[in-house]
Amino acid sequence: MSDWKQLRGKAAIAGVATFGCGEAPGYTDMELLAISARQAVADAGLKMSDIDGLCTASAGATMWAMPVVEHLGIRPSYIDSTMVGGSSFIAHLLPAMHALESGQCNAVLVCYGSTQRTATFGRKEVGLSRRFLDPQPYEHPYEPMMPLSAYALAAARHMHQYGTTRRQLAEVAVAARQWAQKNPEAFMRDPLTIDDVLKARMVSDPLSVRDACLVTDGGGAYVLVRADRAKDLPRKPVYVLGNGTAVWNRQISSMHDLTVTAAKDSGAAAYAMAGLAPKDIDVLELYDAFTINVLLFLEDLGFCKKGEAGAFVENGAIAPGGRLPVNTNGGGLSCVHPGMYGIFALIEGVRQLRGECGERQIAGAKTALAHGNGGTLSSQSTAILGLAETL
Amino acid sequence: MTSPISPDAAGGITARHQAALNAGRFLIQRCGGCQQHVYYPRELCPHCGSGDLALVAPAGTGTVYSVTTVRRKPEAGGDLNVSLVDLDEGVRLMSRVEGVPASDVRIGQRVQARVLQREGADALVVFDAVQGA
Repeated sequence: MSDWKQLRGKAAIAGVATFGCGEAPGYTDMELLAISARQAVADAGLKMSDIDGLCTASAGATMWAMPVVEHLGIRPSYIDSTMVGGSSFIAHLLPAMHALESGQCNAVLVCYGSTQRTATFGRKEVGLSRRFLDPQPYEHPYEPMMPLSAYALAAARHMHQYGTTRRQLAEVAVAARQWAQKNPEAFMRDPLTIDDVLKARMVSDPLSVRDACLVTDGGGAYVLVRADRAKDLPRKPVYVLGNGTAVWNRQISSMHDLTVTAAKDSGAAAYAMAGLAPKDIDVLELYDAFTINVLLFLEDLGFCKKGEAGAFVENGAIAPGGRLPVNTNGGGLSCVHPGMYGIFALIEGVRQLRGECGERQIAGAKTALAHGNGGTLSSQSTAILGLAETL
Repeated sequence: MTSPISPDAAGGITARHQAALNAGRFLIQRCGGCQQHVYYPRELCPHCGSGDLALVAPAGTGTVYSVTTVRRKPEAGGDLNVSLVDLDEGVRLMSRVEGVPASDVRIGQRVQARVLQREGADALVVFDAVQGA
């Protein structure tokens, strides 16, 4: 194949599942992953023995693919354990499509599980050990509260450069909560107002605790097969029309312009492969680790001009009933965020296109964009999904 | 100005940069290939790939590019400024501005670098606000 863009629509997501979202006391990362994996494979109408490709990543275990292979009892001929933070499970798409198309494998399972909320070796310990395992000697000594302070620096710069306000950031959190109230799986469903967000405890200015994602447990998995096979499986196939991944830096201090992310490149690649433009997208699932993310990604993915996302989200524009549905499951801010949210954004996109979303369903949605972010605005991966009529 | 640090100093560029800092000298790099400045210190130029990087002393003056206040309880050290500073040579680094309340540091503030020696820890580059700027 001479042009990677010819992979457009050549693979489809045939099965998805989530398990243990919120709190899963007494479970391990692996157990949440395995239960999600088993359910996603069943959802696809397949058996675990049909799985011959594996994609997975862990924020803690560096050799994670091996215990996953062992636990699931599979013998994959294709393994991708690329770890670029929360966007990993979206970034796994395109390489898996190459592997499927070349015949290296026939059914790829992408899976994740994390007990970040309830684990005894939790976030604090992971953060401390990361100083040695993932050293950033030019940032750590200044004691930023990572990852939050990195996003706070981006938010402060966006506010300075474009006049973006905390109230506009709060719109993102409130919209997410209103979507979460329509999603029985969402972790936080209490009412939330703009004033609640503005009065919330400040963590790293200008971001408050309500500008920050949840810390939950959760597992998620999906199954990717060639498009011709997906047609014969029980679920409505959700085709991968485009995928692109980009990394420009690791540390926030090495980011050239804090108001422009590598989503510009990942989005451009995904749109080019899909042959679609922002106006063609019916529903967006954007990795909202913090409220500023949604503004940055709306701009970098072309839904508004640079600097205008603050005004764009005002008056409930991305909330239920608004002009553009964004983060319909409640996002990382109100639904689920076990450390790496990307797979949940993708799964919500699939569920929307399948029409399984009940009260929060976007009527007639035929295309979805799922965007993953990793590190501290470090990695970006964009996927564009579509139903059969978009092929 | 090229660094007085001996090229025979032990270790890679991270260690040599820190050794200079511990001796009170804040150094950045300048690429002999493309003439651009580089920070943090590396083994190759991220702009052109050249390995011809010399340690040089920056003017030490810069501008706050972005800023956050990490809110901490008094017993944890109190509120802490974390700033991204653009040196006049065109490189950016994470640091903090000292001598003013954390929440008073503003984007655009002119600052001057200072090497902070610490008991039992490596020296650190911090900044002071340039008054009247």
